[in-house]
Amino acid sequence: MALPTTADVVATNLKRRGFDLAGTALSAVLLVMLLASLGILVTLLVDVFTGGIEVISDRGWSFVTDPLSPTPEKAGVIQGIIGSIALTVIVVIVAFPIGVGAAIYLEEYARDTRLTRFITANIRNLAGVPSIVYGLLGLAVFVKLASGLTGGRTVLAGGLTLAVLVLPIMIITASEALRAVPDALRQASMGVGATKWETIRHQVIPVALPAILTGTVLTIARAFGESAPLLLAGAVLSSFFASAEGVSFVERFTQEKYTALPIIVFNWARQPQEEFRALTAAAIIVLLALLLVVNAAAIVLRDRFERA
Amino acid sequence: MTSTSIDLRGDPKRLRRERRVRATFLLASVLSIAVSVGIVLSLIGGAVDFITKVELSQLWANGWFPRRGRFDLRTIVVHTLLISAVAMVVAAPLGLGAAIYLSEYASSRVRRILKPTLEILAGIPSVVIGFFALTFVTPQIMARIWSSTEVFNLGAAGIGVGILIIPLVASVSEDALSAVPDPLRAASYGLGAKKWHTTVRVVLPAAISGVVASMILAISRAIGETMVVAIAAGAAGGSLLTLNVTEGGQTMTGAMASLAIGSDQVAGDNAAFQSLFFVGLLLFVFTLILNIVSERVVRRYRQRY
Repeated sequence: MALPTTADVVATNLKRRGFDLAGTALSAVLLVMLLASLGILVTLLVDVFTGGIEVISDRGWSFVTDPLSPTPEKAGVIQGIIGSIALTVIVVIVAFPIGVGAAIYLEEYARDTRLTRFITANIRNLAGVPSIVYGLLGLAVFVKLASGLTGGRTVLAGGLTLAVLVLPIMIITASEALRAVPDALRQASMGVGATKWETIRHQVIPVALPAILTGTVLTIARAFGESAPLLLAGAVLSSFFASAEGVSFVERFTQEKYTALPIIVFNWARQPQEEFRALTAAAIIVLLALLLVVNAAAIVLRDRFERA
Repeated sequence: MTSTSIDLRGDPKRLRRERRVRATFLLASVLSIAVSVGIVLSLIGGAVDFITKVELSQLWANGWFPRRGRFDLRTIVVHTLLISAVAMVVAAPLGLGAAIYLSEYASSRVRRILKPTLEILAGIPSVVIGFFALTFVTPQIMARIWSSTEVFNLGAAGIGVGILIIPLVASVSEDALSAVPDPLRAASYGLGAKKWHTTVRVVLPAAISGVVASMILAISRAIGETMVVAIAAGAAGGSLLTLNVTEGGQTMTGAMASLAIGSDQVAGDNAAFQSLFFVGLLLFVFTLILNIVSERVVRRYRQRY
């Protein structure tokens, strides 16, 4: 046998005294690995902030409130912020009810049938599909096939694409939240004569809601930073002017061009001019700041959950 | 107390509502199947269009240049694998090392601080990591090792993708390591084994299925990652096959991103636009296989305690 058995090693270890070189070395190496991973994060943040802070401090809020422009000195990110928020709203409106509804069915109603097992396996696989493939779905279905409804390359098509992208994750997190609700609660409710839906509506959902909301917010954060599917689902890369007055609120969603903050970052990162490098870093600062707000919301929700 | 019989079936209106609610929720969960069907149909539809339009010899041509009708699949597949390999060289040791430290060595206080910090890394959008790969990794790491490094290169993109998947490796591996029951460790200590020996010979083998699964998932994620590659690997117009990490090159996802950016211009006139769907189908199949394999690994080799 090539390797000594555990008993052999234990025996020699017991006979040996003194400094454990291998043990110390291993723990040191592991710590270095962990610190290196965190060091990358720190380096990344420092690199972005030192690169972009000058633009932010020079331009102030005008960088945030100015529209896109091919001139670096004038370019701002307001269209990206509006686009990203509009996309997020659509994602929440579409994916939240469907995701929670599917999770309620799978956790509360479904028996262990072949269909149920197929649906769960399918959701797990969908969660692993690369985001750009969802972009192809968005292009084929929401931009082309349903163009009568979405108006083609509009924020509605992009939002629906992202909603489909986050749907499996939404179902998985909501399922976990529902699973964490103790069964005693359900039995007690049914025991006093409530129907299944009344039990879910008045007992299960109130208990699971904070966890569902936390999961939803984290899912939104993911959609907020996503850009690959939007490249395919028609987000505008270059600068553009939103159409003039006389456009109703609904028409904005189905007629106008749109972009998103991560798309702006992508487009500026590709520009060869040196000025755009600082602009890109500044846009990333805005993006990370918005993500921080979203994540802080999730932490607040989690805290309220844990206190309850 | 009356002893008259009570109709336990309840109010028919209530029961009708029950059925309606149940049907609504069933519909929501069946919708997820519709999404899969939608993905498969749109991919296959576009891919079939592509196959009928393109000369099949061009799928094995010299380089990937969609605008010139050259669609060499070797080029983009090999570049994708190359980037994934570089990414795993970065992410496997760092992610697994971090996982073992967090699960076996860190005190609960240290873990409470460091684990969320690692999760922040997971929350950084991939465009940001792409920018980091282009503006930091290329000049500070790649160019210092190989002075001939191009501005856009496969190596920096691979390192960027590696950074992106460290948290995935770390968190899935850490879950697997933490799931190893403490009596196993206690038994090992009881036999007189040292901490490091327990970690390497007892805990790690017990958690191996989860660790391997995390690696396979990470490879799947690396193959499908788009934005880091689109920003840092360059070659937007197409590229020849290269195994040199200091040069730029087109990957599967990179090719899709550059086709998407220019898809208005190329729509209709040649097969370039449809190639998007063909590459997408290939990518979908690759990642699906890897995801299924990782699930099988977990199921087959999981030790029951």
